Amino acid sequence: MTSRPAQIAAALLAGVLFGFGLALSGMLDPARVQGFLDIFGNWDPSLAFVLGGAVVVAFAGVTLSKRMRRPVLDTQFHLPSNNRIDARLIAGSAIFGLGWGLAGFCPGPAVASLSLGLWQTMLFVAAMLAGMMVHDRAYRTQRAPAHRPA
Amino acid sequence: MSAYLSSLAGGMLIGLSAAILLVLNGRIAGISGIVGRLAQGANISVNLAFVLGLVAGPVLFLALFGSWPQVTITVGWPLIILAGLLVGFGTRMGSGCTSGHGVLGLARLSPRSFVAVLSFLTAGVLAVTLLRGMGL
Repeated sequence: MTSRPAQIAAALLAGVLFGFGLALSGMLDPARVQGFLDIFGNWDPSLAFVLGGAVVVAFAGVTLSKRMRRPVLDTQFHLPSNNRIDARLIAGSAIFGLGWGLAGFCPGPAVASLSLGLWQTMLFVAAMLAGMMVHDRAYRTQRAPAHRPA
Repeated sequence: MSAYLSSLAGGMLIGLSAAILLVLNGRIAGISGIVGRLAQGANISVNLAFVLGLVAGPVLFLALFGSWPQVTITVGWPLIILAGLLVGFGTRMGSGCTSGHGVLGLARLSPRSFVAVLSFLTAGVLAVTLLRGMGL
């Protein structure tokens, strides 16, 4: 079965579970996220349980998926094939981590907490989208230089 | 419910969401990737459904518990803009964030994601330590 409406319904269900899980876990609270990262100060380790719980359950899903020839609602799995560990991966993740620590928001909680209508999360999400566009523009020109006369 | 228990329960729901998206749709629940592809106009209906569900999650929390989840923001707008730019740029450059690399990458035992998680956790600790050093 590869019905588009079923895929949409599955994505909606997964999104609601993800957003509710974030809300329940405390990850929506930037002060707690910063407390989790404040290992040299007043460290709050509770958010480690979010990642721990998520990885264990996701691992069960990954194990199940490996026994399937294709996902239930599509003809093939769409998984990342890149396994290079390079400067882009390390530098990009470090840049992300700096931003994560400075405001206490990563992409999931920032988008999920838009429903609270706070100007700070709206501003953060707008800046995040701008940051994505800046990267894509810079990367495109870097990867595909204009033809130069020899 | 104690903070540890609700964190664990919330984390398990996030893992369940990732498992559902993988087993049913064959996709990785990486938020920066999904939001980025939506912004680029790729696979709009499915990605939009996920993002709308994500935004609806806290509303379900409100309906069940009678109050919004706690969101305490202590930094001002210049730092919010800077942080947002860094998060957007960095997640594109590193191809993922706390969900794609953190949850799915670790669950898939991807060495690439282990390195990414180590890198963003280290940088996050550095950023908070710097903020605290400046009295913020």
